[in-house]
Amino acid sequence: MKQISEILDVEKGKKELEQDRITVGVATCGISAGADKTLEKLKTAGLSLLVEGVGCAGSCYAEPIVTVKQNGLLSIYGYVTEDKADKLIESIRNSQVCEEMLLGHKLEDIEFYKKQLRIVMKNCGFINGLSLEQYAANGGFTGLANALKLQPSQLIEEVKRSKLRGRGGAGFLTGMKWGFLAAKQGRKFIVCNGDEGDPGAFMNRTVMESDPFSIIEGMIIASYATGAKEGIIYTRTEYPLAIKTIEKALVMLKDKGLLGKSILGVEGFDFDIILKKGAGAFVCGEETALIASVMGKRGHPRFRPPYPADKGVYDCPTNINNVGTLANISKILAMGVDEYIKIGTEKTKGTKDICLTGKVKRTGIVEVPMGTKLREIIFDAGGGPVEGTNFKAVQIGGPSGGCLTEADLDLPLDYEPLQNAGAIMGSGGMVVINDESCMVNVAKYFTAFTRSESCGKCTPCREGNTRMNEILDRITKGLGTEQDIKKLKLLAEYIRDNSLCNLGKTAPNPVLSTIAKFPEEYDAHIKEKRCPSKVCIELLKYIINEKCTGCGACARVCPTNAITGRIKERHVIEQAKCIKCGNCYDICAFNAIDRK
Amino acid sequence: MKMAEWEEVERILKKYSTKEDLIPVLEDLQEEFGYLSEEMLERAAKKLNVPFVTVSGVATFYSSFRLTPRGKYHIQICRGTACHIFRSDKLLTYFEKKLGIKAGGVTPDGKFSLVPVNCIGACAKAPAMMINEKVYGNLTEEKIDKILSELK
Repeated sequence: MKQISEILDVEKGKKELEQDRITVGVATCGISAGADKTLEKLKTAGLSLLVEGVGCAGSCYAEPIVTVKQNGLLSIYGYVTEDKADKLIESIRNSQVCEEMLLGHKLEDIEFYKKQLRIVMKNCGFINGLSLEQYAANGGFTGLANALKLQPSQLIEEVKRSKLRGRGGAGFLTGMKWGFLAAKQGRKFIVCNGDEGDPGAFMNRTVMESDPFSIIEGMIIASYATGAKEGIIYTRTEYPLAIKTIEKALVMLKDKGLLGKSILGVEGFDFDIILKKGAGAFVCGEETALIASVMGKRGHPRFRPPYPADKGVYDCPTNINNVGTLANISKILAMGVDEYIKIGTEKTKGTKDICLTGKVKRTGIVEVPMGTKLREIIFDAGGGPVEGTNFKAVQIGGPSGGCLTEADLDLPLDYEPLQNAGAIMGSGGMVVINDESCMVNVAKYFTAFTRSESCGKCTPCREGNTRMNEILDRITKGLGTEQDIKKLKLLAEYIRDNSLCNLGKTAPNPVLSTIAKFPEEYDAHIKEKRCPSKVCIELLKYIINEKCTGCGACARVCPTNAITGRIKERHVIEQAKCIKCGNCYDICAFNAIDRK
Repeated sequence: MKMAEWEEVERILKKYSTKEDLIPVLEDLQEEFGYLSEEMLERAAKKLNVPFVTVSGVATFYSSFRLTPRGKYHIQICRGTACHIFRSDKLLTYFEKKLGIKAGGVTPDGKFSLVPVNCIGACAKAPAMMINEKVYGNLTEEKIDKILSELK
């Protein structure tokens, strides 16, 4: 067997990582904040330091992120947009630290990272994701080397012992899953599920863009353990940068003989991977729908059993693991199972990378040990709700999940406790909702999502979610009746019990959890025809108060001429004509318009 | 369809042969032409030896496939949860008003097309959108004005 150091110039990678250099995070989040322009500016500034694009470190709130290592001192800078880059360049030229944009000299200095333990995210934002040398120098392929020291059956036992649970959401034990596949004969497949369709989740995208080799290394290890010789990475078409990065990574690995025939010179250890793109269908994250899509069909789920381990791609035994699961595998085997199982809770080991978004001060990816309190994620890492607003809820687990409130924030991050509280771990998206959002509107949003994404194969999901969406739409328009809550609950039960796949079965969760946690908001909409958060426009009423100076600004912007009044006299809004567009409210300089 | 276009379709189809290739075929065709015409679907069906109904079924099932031409700049407004919390519905309306088209439409000059999309994964930068393959985050109406004015 060949050593990694015989194939790759690990020393070169080490030197690159240790030398003074400048990095700019140019994953999707960074680019959306203008990091590509910052990188260009730094590259063309004629600095003596090497300037390199890297992936995303997860602190998306402070993008664009630039790190500078100069005279051995690392400085992590945030908010370095193109216009601020000049100032940073000036500081670098003078060998000074630019205090103004400094986040800290190491991750632990930065509030956002203090509670974090980065295993999956370890390389993200610190190595060039497409440098095999840097990857190897930072511990890459150690997991593979350790795996190859074991017999496949021993390796599966090790993965079982790590208690790693599938990071796609269901939390099934990865070692067990691998065991099922290893027991099969003949042609079989390893599929990496990168169809991260959950709105509010982007951790898979980040790892695919920032550390693609760690995922592929996980697949190579899975291939060795299970004897599958063919691999497929299935990625969403909405992630063009991730697709390009994975494509390049696959070519590089094939080039170096880390994919293909006789990997690392081990006779008979053959494994190859192809990339398949999705075409925009949320349901394709479900494993049987994903298989249908890989086979060129509509992404319709089917009944299980037979499970993919019996009948998957080309009707062959297939193992489908989430991006996060596979990225974990390479890291677990590198650090050793004994070390890994010290992290996390009794039932769930390791960490989870959480996507923290919504109305929270610091958004991004927070990787914490399992068992960390939700409060620590949202308030310590995230800094709590945005300035001047109050925390109302956190939506966890996307369209299959639910909302939790202040009272639930001391719950530990783990599969079962979250499920018992009415949410789910899911892929790990947490959307923080503050008092500016209406929970009935949020429930309506999710039913609209499921309505548009339901594949249409089974009636309970296709029709049931449509009916739920219609009822919620009525409620937000002030046309709800007291019977509606009962109807929603009844429909929810029906959809849950009768839908074909898990996406249908869990689709009512966002509705049920808002009904359970925010009954008063439903009451206000249905009984008082009032939206307490002032989001549902049909329930709003605009009234001009005594502060009106009669300037006429509101009347001029009213699209329906509903506002009348003489100049310098108090104006009036004719309610029958008002379409509640809010133009008058926005333009009034005297606080003379009340929105109720 | 013009002769040159036919040749291009044939060139793309040449790369594929099995029915499992249907989605990549449609993706490649759409990447080349910006949309999928009925003629293209018919050709794909013949080449891969699958019924036309299967091809049209797949082309209409997946939301990224378009059966009508798209604009030079294809604007996808993210309607994920985080973007929803940041009222991306209002931004969609703003775009509709500004471009004078409804969601799903194309401006008469063929410059812009506009669609809502279920999450592009830029949630930390909500509200976000994609124009062709570039992602823009933390959008406001002012920012949108600036971005659109820079697109020639």
